[in-house]
Amino acid sequence: MAVLQFREALMQAIDEEMDRDEKVFIMGEEVAEYNGAYKVTEGLLDKYGFRRVIDTPISELGFSGIGVGAAMNGLRPIVEFMTFNFAVLAADQIINHASKVRYMLGGQASVPIVFRGPNASAGQLGATHSVAYDSMYAHFPGLSVIYPSEPDDAKGLLKSAIRSEDPILFMESEQMYGLKGEVSEEEDYTIPIGKAKVKREGSDVTVVASGKMYHIAKQAASELEKDGVEVEIIDPRTIKPFDIETVVKSIKKTNRCVIVDEAHPFGGMAAEVGFLIQREAFDYLDAPVQRVTLPDVNAPFSKPLFDLWLPSAKNVIDAVNTVTYRK
Amino acid sequence: MAQKIEMPKLSDTMEEGVIAKWNVKEGDSVSSGDVIAEVETDKATMEVEVFDDGTILKILAKEGEAIPLGGVMAIVGEKGEDISGLMDGGGSDNEESKSETKSEEKSDSKSEGESESKSEDKNKSKNEGGKEEESDSDSVDSTPSDENGSNGKSKTGKDKKPDSKSDDGRIKVSPLAKKMAEEKGIDIENVKGTGPDGRIIKKDIEGYKPAEKSAKGAPVASFDSEESEDVKISQMRKAIARRLSESKFTNPHFYETIDINMEHAMSARSKLNEVSDVKISFNDIVVKACTVALRRHPAVNSSWLDDVIRKHGDVNVAVAVAIDEGLMTPVIRHADKKNLRQIGNETRELAGLARDRKLQPEQMEGSTFTISNLGMFGIEEFTAIINPPNACILAVGAIRNVPIVKDGEVVPGHMMKVTLSSDHRIVDGAKAAEFLNTLRQLLENPLSMLL
Repeated sequence: MAVLQFREALMQAIDEEMDRDEKVFIMGEEVAEYNGAYKVTEGLLDKYGFRRVIDTPISELGFSGIGVGAAMNGLRPIVEFMTFNFAVLAADQIINHASKVRYMLGGQASVPIVFRGPNASAGQLGATHSVAYDSMYAHFPGLSVIYPSEPDDAKGLLKSAIRSEDPILFMESEQMYGLKGEVSEEEDYTIPIGKAKVKREGSDVTVVASGKMYHIAKQAASELEKDGVEVEIIDPRTIKPFDIETVVKSIKKTNRCVIVDEAHPFGGMAAEVGFLIQREAFDYLDAPVQRVTLPDVNAPFSKPLFDLWLPSAKNVIDAVNTVTYRK
Repeated sequence: MAQKIEMPKLSDTMEEGVIAKWNVKEGDSVSSGDVIAEVETDKATMEVEVFDDGTILKILAKEGEAIPLGGVMAIVGEKGEDISGLMDGGGSDNEESKSETKSEEKSDSKSEGESESKSEDKNKSKNEGGKEEESDSDSVDSTPSDENGSNGKSKTGKDKKPDSKSDDGRIKVSPLAKKMAEEKGIDIENVKGTGPDGRIIKKDIEGYKPAEKSAKGAPVASFDSEESEDVKISQMRKAIARRLSESKFTNPHFYETIDINMEHAMSARSKLNEVSDVKISFNDIVVKACTVALRRHPAVNSSWLDDVIRKHGDVNVAVAVAIDEGLMTPVIRHADKKNLRQIGNETRELAGLARDRKLQPEQMEGSTFTISNLGMFGIEEFTAIINPPNACILAVGAIRNVPIVKDGEVVPGHMMKVTLSSDHRIVDGAKAAEFLNTLRQLLENPLSMLL
């Protein structure tokens, strides 16, 4: 196992796939000459040249469209957004084209494309730069959404995403690019899309958390452990398709569940998973499923308000206490 | 394909049945028509047959447990079959729910409407409306638990540790706790919930001790002596309680008593018994006399049917039989057309079946008049509660050795008091008196029954 930063794990995945398949290329704002806004593409320009590592103008809709067209014509583009908050400009290409081409052409064409970049909030960046989009894209048929929490998952899943025949939204976090973690050194290491991972075993409550929220859940679990509460943490890793089987299996053991989601509450991943749990594990629940989400309020800029707004370990602990009837 | 075996409707008035005995166990193979269980209904112990060939995969009710009409008693199917769908109460759509999991979207949107509206109702009653959203945006400051805490209703609930029953009588219980209680055969009515608003949770089922029931269940513990015992109410007691309360509170009862000189009836009886191979009892003679009197007074042989009074064409006499657990009233059909031997025979046979709890519902249905006799216990006279839908019931006392005045002289005599309880909606005082006088005349001159 090598210890890598999250950004290095992503870079290895892109590098290995570009090396393996010359149809793979990357484009986006500052990916080439500047080595990436978050240095994910560091060194790739030198290695693969301007034809495969392409700087674009600040024009998300334009370069997303080029990506979709390239994918339809047999290439495998990786489109980097400086943040998914800017990808809303490209929503027509992602939602109306990438997701629907295979369907509307009766399977005659596919769109093997990866849209990737940081998702959700990254501190005091204001309301327009702090939105979590994973649940929104997961709403649409034809799109898969991946939101890994650790470097190892990031590498294995990004390689699988690049090889997928259909469009993938691959979400990262500005605050996690420097996160270090052990990454498998297995040759050609891939992780199947749609498989959750039990990252911490426990008998008292199941906590479902992906991306940045996984780390919040982990903090809460260590705190709760001191009180004798054993938390089982499941990182779905892929938001869609969602691996409900792993969650249900865990709930059959713990009988309680808290879902942590960095999105707003209405119609989000937590809502969907909560629904699936009540349908699939009704007889195993000892308490109503709780969720910890953002409030139904846009991101505040003020630091004190922001800290209240973002789900915290304390929120998770409180929710766990509720489902375990500890207070 | 596995099938549920549901509690059948074994009598018209049955609402639930108690498993008296299982004749099979899990894993036994059965074929259609096999009697798999005996079920105690409000009327009798009945046999339950299985309709499908196969193997008993699961028995879901213990002996002694009450199952409502249509409730699942057991599951029959092929060995090794997956019955989780049936067990979860999902009915026969096991396969459907599986495929739903795989291709969610379409089937979801269908069922969503239903489940959504239900959960909404629930939230309303819990949060008194409109608080849902706050509890969702819990990361602001109000975590879900804070939310409950700030809700006055649930807070007092927590402090008081109230019953799990809410105002509308529903018991709050987590799905898991409910399932565990079913598996352990615990009646959740007896479990104290410690969750929010008294919800029964896993911990409560795990920590449940049956003894807790009588100790905690009794509201006035200070009056309880050690010897007190709470006895489970049997199906028969429930039926007696329901039917007789209904009768006594609904039918305007009135009572008339007449004293009958039984001298001739006694001598007739001993003469009959000299020649009869079947022993004729006094009760048989009273039944016979009643059938003749009923033919002459059809008003007494009637039923109140709300919009009409039905004067029955048949005379079917029910005879009350005391058994250990209560009381049964087997019916001698067409008693007016039967002779004393037949009546005697049939009464003894039915009484035997009643004591063995083997009476079939049809042997207890269709009475038009009832006779209750406590003479053998030395009861001089008593009043009986009308056995619906009869108009009257005759309470028969003991034959007493008493001095009577005959031709101006006091002589030893044998007198028997009978009391007729009548439903005043059907029978008036004079009518009842006429019937009793006929009955007296018949018993004091038994030969006249032949007229």
